[in-house]
This record gives sequence, C-alpha cells and structure tokens, in this order.
Amino acid sequence: MNMLYKPVILWTDALIYLLVIVVLAFVWYVRRNEHMLAPWRRVGHSASGMAALTVLVFFIAIGLLDTVHFRPAVENSGNSEQVYSVEVLSLLDVIAEPLRTRVEKTYSAPFAAHLYARETIELPDGGQVREFPRLQFGGAHLQNPDVQLAVDVAERAAAGAAQGFLGWCVLVVLLGGLLARQDNAGLLPTLSAIRRGTTEIPWNAVLLTLMLILSLLGAALALSTHYHIFGTDKVGQDVFYQSLKSIRTGLVIGTLTTLMMLPFALLLGIMAGYFRGWVDDVIQYIYTTLSSIPGVLLIAAAVLMMQVYMETHPELFDTIAARADLRLLFLCIILGVTSWTGLCRLLRGETLKLREMEYIQAAHAFGVSHWRIISRHILPNVMHIVLIATVMDFSGLVLAEAVLSYVGVGVDPSMISFGTMINAARLEMAREPMVWWALLSAFGFMFALVLSANLFADAVQDAFNPRVRTWSLKAGKLRRTERTKTPESKPVAAAAKDSNPP
Amino acid sequence: MNPLLQIDNLETVLHTGATPVRAVDGLTLQIMQGETFALLGESGCGKSMTALSVMRLLPEVGEIVAGSIRIGGEDLLLLPEAAMRNVRGKRISMIFQEPMLSLNPVMTVAEQIGEVLQRHFNLRGAAQQQRVLEILNQVGIPDAERRMAEYPFQFSGGMKQRVMIAMALAGEPELLIADEPTTALDVTIQAQVLDLMRDLQQRSGMAILLITHDLGVVAEMAQKVAVMYAGEIVETATRAEFFHSPAHPYSRKLFASLPGKNKRDQGLAVISGSVPPLSREFVGCRFADRCDHAWDLCRTTAPGWSAVVAGHQVRCHLFDQTAGSVLHSSAVKAAETAPQGIPAAPSAVFNSELLRVVDLKVHFPIHKGLMKRVAGYVKAVDGVSLTIAQGGTLALVGESGCGKTTVGKGILQLIPPTAGSVRYDGLELVGLERKQLRAKRAEFQIIFQDPYSSLNPRMRIIDIIEEGMNALNVRNNDRADHAGQQSSSRQGQKVDALLQRVGLPPETKWRYPHEFSGGQRQRIAIARALAVNPRLLICDEPTSALDVSVQAQILNLLKELQASLGLAYLFITHNISVVEYLADEVAVMYLGRIVEWGSVDEVLGNPKHPYTQALLSAVPVIELNPKREVIRLHGDLPSPANPPAGCHFHPRCPHAMPVCHETYPGSSSFGSTHTVRCHLYPQPQNSSTLQPQGAETIA
Repeated sequence: MNMLYKPVILWTDALIYLLVIVVLAFVWYVRRNEHMLAPWRRVGHSASGMAALTVLVFFIAIGLLDTVHFRPAVENSGNSEQVYSVEVLSLLDVIAEPLRTRVEKTYSAPFAAHLYARETIELPDGGQVREFPRLQFGGAHLQNPDVQLAVDVAERAAAGAAQGFLGWCVLVVLLGGLLARQDNAGLLPTLSAIRRGTTEIPWNAVLLTLMLILSLLGAALALSTHYHIFGTDKVGQDVFYQSLKSIRTGLVIGTLTTLMMLPFALLLGIMAGYFRGWVDDVIQYIYTTLSSIPGVLLIAAAVLMMQVYMETHPELFDTIAARADLRLLFLCIILGVTSWTGLCRLLRGETLKLREMEYIQAAHAFGVSHWRIISRHILPNVMHIVLIATVMDFSGLVLAEAVLSYVGVGVDPSMISFGTMINAARLEMAREPMVWWALLSAFGFMFALVLSANLFADAVQDAFNPRVRTWSLKAGKLRRTERTKTPESKPVAAAAKDSNPP
Repeated sequence: MNPLLQIDNLETVLHTGATPVRAVDGLTLQIMQGETFALLGESGCGKSMTALSVMRLLPEVGEIVAGSIRIGGEDLLLLPEAAMRNVRGKRISMIFQEPMLSLNPVMTVAEQIGEVLQRHFNLRGAAQQQRVLEILNQVGIPDAERRMAEYPFQFSGGMKQRVMIAMALAGEPELLIADEPTTALDVTIQAQVLDLMRDLQQRSGMAILLITHDLGVVAEMAQKVAVMYAGEIVETATRAEFFHSPAHPYSRKLFASLPGKNKRDQGLAVISGSVPPLSREFVGCRFADRCDHAWDLCRTTAPGWSAVVAGHQVRCHLFDQTAGSVLHSSAVKAAETAPQGIPAAPSAVFNSELLRVVDLKVHFPIHKGLMKRVAGYVKAVDGVSLTIAQGGTLALVGESGCGKTTVGKGILQLIPPTAGSVRYDGLELVGLERKQLRAKRAEFQIIFQDPYSSLNPRMRIIDIIEEGMNALNVRNNDRADHAGQQSSSRQGQKVDALLQRVGLPPETKWRYPHEFSGGQRQRIAIARALAVNPRLLICDEPTSALDVSVQAQILNLLKELQASLGLAYLFITHNISVVEYLADEVAVMYLGRIVEWGSVDEVLGNPKHPYTQALLSAVPVIELNPKREVIRLHGDLPSPANPPAGCHFHPRCPHAMPVCHETYPGSSSFGSTHTVRCHLYPQPQNSSTLQPQGAETIA
C-alpha cells in the first residue's frame, strides 16, 4: 500500500506539539481550579487583551498549519518502491500551493501585471523592444492591464471582503446563539448586550477585531489567486507567501526559547533563593558573569561554531529542511541559555521573600522535604511571575530573531523568517528604483504580531500582578459614573468581576 | 456649649466589587472642645473609614454619599478641595497606626515637621527650625536639637510615633484623630505615648478622636465612648457609665470575652461568628445574628436610639420601652453571667517534665565589608533555660525584639541554635540530623501569629492539613505494614474529625484559605498542627492579630484542647491578660534572657524584677483605679547586637545601682519555683559576682 505522503516530524515540530499538549493540559487544569481561573477571568475582561488575543489566534493558527510537515510522494513508473520528494512541505504550503508555485522571473510590485525590470523582448516581426514584460501569473487574466487592472482589483477585493463579512455575520449569530443558550436569554437581547459591551467578556471588541481581520483576509484571499498582493522578491517568489511562512519562525523563536530557558531560570532562581548560602553565591556568580558578556557576541560565537559543525557533517541531515530546522532549534537554545538571567533574578528575590513566610516555616516544622517545599509551596506561588515574564519576553525574542538574522547569525538562509526578509531588503532599499514592498510587508506582519503579543502581555500582567490593581480601581470608578447616568442597566461585567465572595 | 465636631448621619460607601460596601452607615456623633472621644470596635466596623471621611482622605473607591461633618459649625463636605487643605493639619490632624509607614524615609524629621509649619504658618528658615525644636521638645524627644536633623530610620518605633504626634501637633489643631495610635507598639512604649497624648491634651486643650479596639486604652484615655458595630454606632456613654454598666449586648460581650485571671476556671464568653460583611443589606438589628437575646423584632426592625440614663444611649430593642420589651437589663445581666462556653476540665497534675531547655543561645552573625567578615553577633537568645511539664502551659512574656519568637523556633530547630541543649522527653534535639529530627517532628508543633501568612494561599484546606500527616505519619504507617489505600481513607476521616474539633464544618476542607476570616484561618492552623498528634504546641502570639471576640474563641479552643488532649503549651505573647487566663508558669524575657520565672500567681501577683513590675504596671487596665501607680520606663529596648554591659536592664531601671553596670546578676530564688535575676535581691553564694560579664552560670 503506497502512501501519498510521508509524515516528517522535525525537532521544532516535536517541541511545538509538546508545547501544545502542555498548554492544553494547563488549560484543563486551570478550568478545574477556581482560584487559578479567577485571574484568567480578569484577562478575559480586558478589551484590548481579548482583541489582541483574537489577532494572535490567527497567527498561531497559521504557525500550527505550517508545523505539520510531510514529504509528498514522487511519481515514478519504474520502481515498485515508493519514493518521496526531498522537499519537505507543510500543510500551509499545500493550502498556499498557488502562492508557492507561481514564481515570477524577478521583482514585481504589489498588484502589478508587469515585471519591475525592463527586459529585451523579441517582437514577432524580429525587432527588439526594451519594456516591462507581462507577469507570468500576476494579472495574467487581464487583456489590457492598464485599463482593467484597477477595476478588477477593486471588484475582487470588494467581493472577497464581502465574503469575509458574510462569514463574520454567521459567526456573530453563532456566538449570540451560544451565549443566549448559556444565559437562557433571547438571541436579540444577547446581541444587543454584545453591542453595548455589557457582556462579561468584551465580545464587542473581539467581534470588531474579527470583522476587520475576516474582511481583510477575504479580500487578500480573493486577490492572491490572481495577483501578487505584496509583490514578488528577487527570484520572483510571492512576498505574501514568505510573510506567512515567517510567522512560524517567529512563533517558534518566541515560545521555544522560553521553554528552553524556563528550567534554568526556575531551578536556579528558586534554589538560590531557597537554600541561600554558598548555593546562592555560586548561582549569583554564574548569572552575573553571564549577563556581563554581550549577548550578541555569545550568540554569534555559538552559531558560527554550530554552522561549521553542520557543514562538515552533511550526512546527518537527509533534507535541507531538517538542517535549517536544527539550526533554528540551536538558535532557540542559545537564546534561551543567554536570556534566563533576568527571570532567574526575579525568582530568586521572590523566593527569598517566600521562604520566610510562615507556611514554609510550618512545613519545616512538619519535616517536609526541601524538594516538596519547593514544588508544593514555592513553585505555585511564583508561577504568576513566570507567566508574566514568559508573555512579556515573547515579543522581545521575535524582535531579537530579526536582529540576529539581519546580522547574519540568525536562522539558516534557506529558512524564511522576518529577519532574512529584512536582511534581503538591505540591498533592495539601495536599488534604484527602490523595492520597498518586501521590507514593508515583513515589517507589517511583525508589527501586528509583536503589538498583539504585547497588548496581551499587558492584560496578563494586569490580571496576575497583585501590585497593579490601581488601574482596575480606576476603571471601576469610571464605570460607576456611567452607572449613575443610567441606573437601570446593571453592568454584568462589574458583577462578574468580583469572583471571590467577601 | 457647641460641639467642636458634629457628624450627622454620615454615609460612606466603598465601590469595590459587585455590591457597594457601606463602610459607614448613618453615623452621628459629637465631640466637645477638649474632650477625648473613643470610637471602639472590632476590625471591619468602619472606624478608620469614619476618620478618613472626616479628613476627606478616602481611598479612590470611597465616596461620601450623605450626611454632614461640621467642625466649629463649618460643613467640611461643602468645602472645595483647596479650602480643605487649610483644614487638614491645621484644624484637624491625624496620627496613623503604623509609625514606620507614616514617615517619609528620605526626609529628615525636621523637614517633615517643617512642611506643616510652612503650609499653615508660612514659617521658614530659622524661625521654622526654632519651632520644630520646640515641638520636638514638647513631645519628649531627648536631645532634640541633634535628632531633628536625623532620618526616620534612626528613630525607634516609639520615637517615630512621637515624631508623628509632633507633626500632628505642629498645626496646633483643634481636633486630633488618632487611629489606633499604639496598636503597633509595646506596652511600655504604649504607656509612654498615651501619657504624652494626655499630657499634650491638657496643655493645649485640643479634642481627641481616639479610634481603637483596645478596651484598656479606652479606659485610660477616654471621657466619652462610642461603640461601633457594622458601620453604625450602637452605644454611646461616658467612660464611667460605659465601664460600670455597658448596655448593648455587643458591648457586654466584648467585656465578657476579655481574658483575665478571674476567668481562669471557665471558658470565655464568645460572640459566635464574625462581623457581617458590610456589602450586605441589613433588615433588622445588625447584631441580631450573633446576639443571645435576639428575638423576632430584632430580625425585622432596626432598633432606634433608647436612653438608658442621661448621656447613655443604646441602639437595642432590649432598652426600647415603647417596643414593649419584657426583658429588663437585670434579666439580661443574669443571662450574661451564666457560664458560657466550656468550663475547662480540671487538668490532671502532670509532674513529668516534657521539655527542658538549658542555656539555649541563638546568635546571628553580622557580616560586614567586602569579604563578608563576621563583625559581631546579634544575640537574639542568649542563654535561656526553661522547662515545660507535660500538659502544662508556660508563658513566655516580653516586648517585641526580646527574642521570644527565636526561642520558639530554636526549640523546634527551625533555627539552628548556637549553643545550649534542648531535651525533649529526654532526647537531645540540638545537633540531630534532619532525618532523625523528622522522626520526632510530630511531637512538637507550632502555631504562628499571622493567620494570613501561615497558610499557603494556593492549597486547599485538606491539602494543608494532610501535608503534615503525609510528611510524618505515613512513614509510621509504612513501618506498621499498613496498606496505603486504607490509610488514605482513614486520613480523610481524620481531616473531618480535626476540622470538627476546631469548630469548622468538614465541608470546608475543599475550600481555599482566602475564603476564611482571620479567626477561622487560625483554627485551620491549629487543626494542621493537631493533625500529627503533637504533645507540645508552641503558640507564637496566636491571638495578637485577632479581634477580642475572636481571640476569646481561639483561647477557649486552646484551653479545651489542652484539657482533652493533655497538650503542653509554650505560649509566646506580650498580652498579660492572656497569660493570666491561660498560663501555669510565666517566664519574663528581656533582651535574650529570662529575668524572672515562676508560677503565674507568683510572677503576676508579686513581681520581683523591676522590669516585670514596670511591664505589668504599663498594661492599661479596665478597672478604674485611680491610685494605681504606673512605673514609666524611659527609653526603648536596646539592640541585641550591642547589649548594655552588666545587667541588660540597667539603663532603663529605676533602681539601678553601680553593680548593675558591671555584672549580670545571678538568680535569686523566692520559694521553690520563683526565681529572679536582679541585684536587688541577695545573690547566690556560688555565683561569682566578680567575674566579667558573660560568665554567668545557670544556678
């Protein structure tokens, strides 16, 4: 029985699957514990946080689609044994097949029907003309691009956006129905509650963001089948496709690095704070030393060493993708090893405070072992710091990857990432006429990803950090002044905010 | 005479959470010129919110929704904020509870007082400095000229409170609001500060609104008393009237729940439950749920004011003639004196010794310099010897910082002792390996002071209680070859039984600590300690963070547990009335050493050491005995890093002699159980008084 494809699990894929499992388990665990659910409810009450999460969900979905890798079968008539392509594809590659395969000759601007460079074209009558040739795929269906292009783009965009909007409407009705069933209320009152923003979770913010995304997505999908909406790069690859592929790289760097650094930071930070004495001294010396070396130098040295090793041992990797992937993993590890010091310091301080708490003293009086005290008493009480640090670090790491790839010590050149796109744009910006679209789209995608991650991190920090409560008090006051104006409408959000009874 | 401060029907609401908290609900009071008015109540009654409403310094979520506050006829609530600034500090000043948190650590004392002078009198430069000096002298800061340029951290707690008072006085206010001014201070310092406030009031004729939960402080200071309960005043009276015949059932209960010597053989009266949350809507009397005399009317109609005698008003249906109350106050009184709670069973006489501590020393090294060289030692505990009999209670009394808590932790080996021996049931604990020690851990347990930090907020009650059982008992079960399954189900039953024993329903085991009140948390902490069947409980100020009525509940519980389980207690406290109620023996500690030790009657009835005498006389008492002589100690506890040469107490001692400066006294015995270490009494012959200090031996 011959399979049409052979699944491939790269190193980072495996780790991402692990991460997904861990996150799902965590969600399941949190849902069962009321006291852990309470701060997450507060995250849910933040309009900006939920809007940011909506955007993040799209990024994560694309990243996950791009994580499922396989090698398609190659048709060969002679042999009975199935042969698989050396090219490793992902689900996203299959979905975006037209984007991936329709490669032009070289640069072309967004929505262009012609190349960006003049070429000498032989006319049928034998004469030669230097002009901008038509693109092979972009706008190929148009007879007379000069006239039709603008109208065609507008029509397709409008149709796509309308489809997106229609999809959004369906979603709104589904959500309204779901909420109405939960509260045993009518559909229309629920919808109007969503519109007024009086639901527990600010669904109006989520839906507004969703409407924007879906409309844009609809338009982009409708257009991308016939145009290169973000243009093409030097070798004629679609920039939109490259931007989509970059998302996974960014996400991997942002999440796996944290995963790498957490064991160091948690173990060493808590040990230093808990045991004090010489353990504390040793750990403090380690991280003081480590943080006094410029991070970029350390990373560059490590990456270059690894690069040399990989090049001298090509037999270790059966595909290019495997090699690039391993390099990405090593980059994560190296970034993780150099960036645990900040969190470690925070955790040490918090543990120093916690170890003097009376419940820890009581545990000592019971003869509870050190390991159990650390795992049952200290770890759960520092988890909020870990969570805040993790979410806050994410965006920093995505940016760090871009910087490192720009310097040339980042990901493998064959791997598409924001950094490599920006690195390529270095030359394009110096070109005359300037090629601006690659840089702009890389910048735009990265901006959206990092901004939404930051906004979400802010919401998490507000909800978990006990010291940042003044903000919510202020918000409560604002809401109160509103309430005095309309005394009838009792805000549900305020009622649900008080999750623990006095 | 017109009242200085007139509050009418004040309503203050805090907008936190779903329902607004009505912190102050229809409060009316009057304070006359030069009068001390005490506002008495448990925590969560709205006392502090009343004070902050008067100052218009409510937190951002607070809002005054109705009423008026008039000072000298001027309604403060109608003033614009700018005009209010001329009232604060000038006409009304305030002293806060925590002197450590109320002073700015980066400004000198003179600068902070000078701010007030500049704002209200526009005093600057030399004139300002002159006035600051005057005020500091007035509040009794020694060497004020030098100390005014110092920062708050260079002052001790009592001195900081004096500085706070100086700041409050700088504006020469007509009304001083003192919000629990001495709660954070030791009794000897409290006596100093109360004395100072009385003195200043007599001189300047200002009125004081004293907010406190301490009946003793009220008895010493106030002329008029108002009892506050759940946001409203339930009783107002003059001091004499209030202490002679409190009318409201709540006030009576407060008195009845005070521990004391005369109540030793009976349980303390308790007020069941706790103060209701103020976010609730009240229909009838707010106290009805906790009141023994409540009847239907109480639950349906809120009582109005009824006069008991002239100037003594109470908000209770019992005294409402028009409501047709059949109960008279005499009947109430009879019901009140009926024995309540559990009469403690006469404890069997245990003579066998359970714990013997000999010459325990705990020294903390002070590290200095680049290489962290040991530059000296903080001698937190410096040669303490004590014994506890099986089923007996030894109270360790002393001011904060004298090393009481360190003794407790040293005995439990939570802090490794520097020297000395701790023998539990004949077994030496000092120097035991962690593993060997663990086998013994179940025998002695500790209950901490702060019920809020002694329970892990992320663990359920069942996990908290089972932790000790798992760490200690399961190992015993293994040794006895018991099946694990069986023991776990038995464990569940045991948790239920424990919770019931400490007075909590077993269903509560699935909940988290934040859902409980302070008293309930302390019960859980006791249940946790009891879970491993200890024979010795070290109680480290278990009731000092609790309200009087809750304190009574916990003391009753401890007493009952002792009677039924034969527990021995080492009761660490600074509260003398708790000692009188609970202890068999008392050890008085001063600066790391025990200065007097004897049975409770000997030490408290006939104190020999000057420090014990001063400590006992400084405790505010409710019995209004004007002839009581109070020994005022000057100064503070010296630092244990650098104790005075000779007798540690000599710098503060009214009887200090030349010999006190040179050698630490040996112990003098009075009878078989009472010993004192003081040069006033004949020294034992074998004690070498000529030896340098530090060579003293245990007699």
